[in-house]
Amino acid sequence: MTLPPELEQKFSEIIGKYPPQHKRSALVPLLLYSQDALGKITPELVTEVARRVGVFPVQVEEVLTYYSMLHFPKPMGKYHVQICTNVSCQLTGGPELWERACKKLGLGHKEVSADGLISLEEVECIGACSWAPAIQINYDFHHFVTPEKLDELLDNLRQLQ
Amino acid sequence: MADPVKLTIDGIAVEAAPGTLLIEVAREMGKEIPAFCYYEGLTQVAACRMCLVEIDGMPKLMTACTQPVGEGMVVRTETPKLAEARKGTLEFLLTNHPLDCPVCDKGGECELQDMVFRYGAAESRYVEIKHHHEEQQWSPVVYFDPARCILCYRCVRVCSEGMGVNALGIVQRGAYAEIAPNHTDHLNCDECGACIDICPVGALTSDSYRYQTRPWEMNHVGTVCTHCSNGCKTTLGVRNDQILRGNNRDRSGINGEFLCVKGRYAFDFNESDERLTTPMIRKGGKLEPASWSDAIRFVAGKFKQVADAGRRIGVVGSARTTNEENYYLQKFARQVLGTQSIDHQRSGDVVTLLDALAGRQNALATVEDLYQSKAVLVIGTDLAQQHPLLHWQIRANWRHHGAHTYSVTAGPVREDQHTVGAVRAAEGQEIAALEQLRAQLAAEAELAIVFGDSVKGDAVRQLVAFGDSLGIPVKYVCLVDYVNSRGALDMGLTPELEPGYRAAADRGMTLPQMLADEHLAALWVVNADPLRDGALAAKDAFVVVQDLFLTATAQRADVVLPSASLYEKQGTVTNVCGEVQRLKKAAQTMGAKADLEIIGLIAKEMGAAAKMGPWMADKVFTEVQQVVAGYNVPLPVLATGGAAQTAPPSAKIGVETDPALIRSARDTLFTSGTLGSYSRKLDSLLESPGSLYQGEDALALTAQ
Ligand code: SF4
Ligand code: SF4
Ligand code: SF4
Ligand code: FES
Ligand code: FES
Repeated sequence: MTLPPELEQKFSEIIGKYPPQHKRSALVPLLLYSQDALGKITPELVTEVARRVGVFPVQVEEVLTYYSMLHFPKPMGKYHVQICTNVSCQLTGGPELWERACKKLGLGHKEVSADGLISLEEVECIGACSWAPAIQINYDFHHFVTPEKLDELLDNLRQLQ
Repeated sequence: MADPVKLTIDGIAVEAAPGTLLIEVAREMGKEIPAFCYYEGLTQVAACRMCLVEIDGMPKLMTACTQPVGEGMVVRTETPKLAEARKGTLEFLLTNHPLDCPVCDKGGECELQDMVFRYGAAESRYVEIKHHHEEQQWSPVVYFDPARCILCYRCVRVCSEGMGVNALGIVQRGAYAEIAPNHTDHLNCDECGACIDICPVGALTSDSYRYQTRPWEMNHVGTVCTHCSNGCKTTLGVRNDQILRGNNRDRSGINGEFLCVKGRYAFDFNESDERLTTPMIRKGGKLEPASWSDAIRFVAGKFKQVADAGRRIGVVGSARTTNEENYYLQKFARQVLGTQSIDHQRSGDVVTLLDALAGRQNALATVEDLYQSKAVLVIGTDLAQQHPLLHWQIRANWRHHGAHTYSVTAGPVREDQHTVGAVRAAEGQEIAALEQLRAQLAAEAELAIVFGDSVKGDAVRQLVAFGDSLGIPVKYVCLVDYVNSRGALDMGLTPELEPGYRAAADRGMTLPQMLADEHLAALWVVNADPLRDGALAAKDAFVVVQDLFLTATAQRADVVLPSASLYEKQGTVTNVCGEVQRLKKAAQTMGAKADLEIIGLIAKEMGAAAKMGPWMADKVFTEVQQVVAGYNVPLPVLATGGAAQTAPPSAKIGVETDPALIRSARDTLFTSGTLGSYSRKLDSLLESPGSLYQGEDALALTAQ
């Protein structure tokens, strides 16, 4: 698989950070970076990444399916909305936010809107307990989220498009 | 060696080498510390937490599978606290387990069952709905039932570390974690079944065995795999004369628990519908069923007629019959039929190697040597495809001892994964290419050289000269194709050499010469198929064929006699390293007879019974031990299922053989000459028939 030039450069940069005999350590950063750059992780990319870091494709799949921020084989939407329902958030309205988001978007856990724009995921603690309930959209955190703030955030996503 | 470490286990003072794991020391003492993920020979993952032990001064329970011995350590392996911990672990393992023991293949020999039996974790406090995922078929061989899996990683490790295939992984996490094949929903791999055998539970099952029987309903017969020349010991599970499974879980024999796809699954040729079960005589141009007595009488009569008339008879022996049969056949040919025209399809230049070594001792490697030698050089062969056990040994040597592997091959091979010197050279160019490795090789402490059929004739002598010039101890393995290819040579199935590599007084015809001889009066073919890709010039020759199947040669025969397979015989075979092993009869096919008996019956009918001696494997082997140089091997070793290496001839052989006669069939992992073509299992595999020198490509790095 040929990678877009910027990604190719990023790949060399990331792999170059590790000693050659430990280049497999570059696996997670390569995958995260590719996911962001390409919007999804394809089987071809899995094979390519495996080749570059010297592991077998099934080992790449092990990593992909282990980490919840990597999405494979099904890609998530351009805006990935993650709502925490773990203890702190559960006590402060997380489940209600989750219900609301489901209804508003017409999506369930790990579902993607037909246009591929928005996806929804119920996640475990995202480390923002002090500011619960918390949600995360792509890499952005949103704290003390109220139903109104949620609506606003979701509406914004549509407009951002 | 470093001083041993002193410690106390369950009140008993013991000593162990530094670095030894507690679980290993305990096993030595006869204490079975429960373990699922620990597996001798594989890396440690400490994933199951069954092996917990108490160690004084350590606040928590420790995993005996990763804890090395320490000076003065006081360890307890069975206490109420430990029983409680293990019980807890088992309770967790059973939370999502389907408990379908009554129908599970593993029932009766399941490690999880045994442990629950031992610790009594039958009651569960888990009342939620079990997470369940349907059983999947990954290949014509491998099935996976995720619900039964206890995530011990044994399958994953045996495939990656042991085999070098890396076809399995664990995807997802936590309660949802499960084993996954390399192609999303199916496997593309060696289909060796090692993962199935190593699974402590019934999560991985084989198509051949699943739902066929209960383990205690079978007889377990230890014999030798009938396919390639590596000669793996296999334990056949047999019920009512039907072979249901092949494995070697007791780790006995030269191969430990290793078997390739052919050893584990390609025994099905034995039950093929196409097996011959009645003798046939050609009448009016057609092969018609006949009784054994009629057929034997007919053959004996014809042989006598031809021999008495002084006309030419050719005898073609087999690389798949026992030493006893081969010996008996050549004796019959030479002494009763009075012909020196006896040959078989040769697949490696053993003769030139033995000649070049001229009686040198300790110059022939054993299968074990490939695991022990500090360095190994592989020439002109794709071992993982052609000699799976030898590949396994060399890889294990690298894994466990850091052995250096070198290769000179025509294309990529699996040893490339850990090679320290790989040279690509076209077939026939290997010896010249060796020079590139000279400096590296000369720096090794010792070397084992394994070479294929492209190194023959003078090239073999050059190779030995090269080995000598390195100035280090060198041992050799000359590769040959089939289970008794080596034995066929040892027993004198060539016109130029009598048993034990003694020069024949006068030379008869070679196999190609027999086929080309227009005046050949009779041709006797025992378990070989020379007409598969050859033609018989003598149109009127009387042809007798002994075989399991109606091969191309059998179709041309005037008399066809149904043979028993190697799984249905007693006797011995000699593997690629010259190691003799004893067969045990596991099954029988009604109507077929062992070739030894068939030859004996013909001899008797010709009035040569006394001259030939009894056609009993043991009796013939006694004669072989006396007559064939090098075969005076210790019988107790054979009797207990071991392998004993024969000694090489004590001097130069001094007989020229034609290298052109040497041609390997180049079987892959998924073919096996005639037998392979009657194995439905091999035939059904996605990977079949496979090809050589695909290296990593064959491992399907282009996944998905
Ligand atoms: S059968 Fe395939 S997946 Fe299983 S151990 Fe063998 S090569 Fe690996
Ligand atoms: S399938 Fe068997 S061997 Fe593999 S992890 Fe599961 S229990 Fe262990
Ligand atoms: S390596 Fe050879 S002897 Fe061993 S199981 Fe495979 S075919 Fe049989
Ligand atoms: S529980 Fe929601 S951020 Fe920690
Ligand atoms: S055997 Fe020690 S953790 Fe599994």
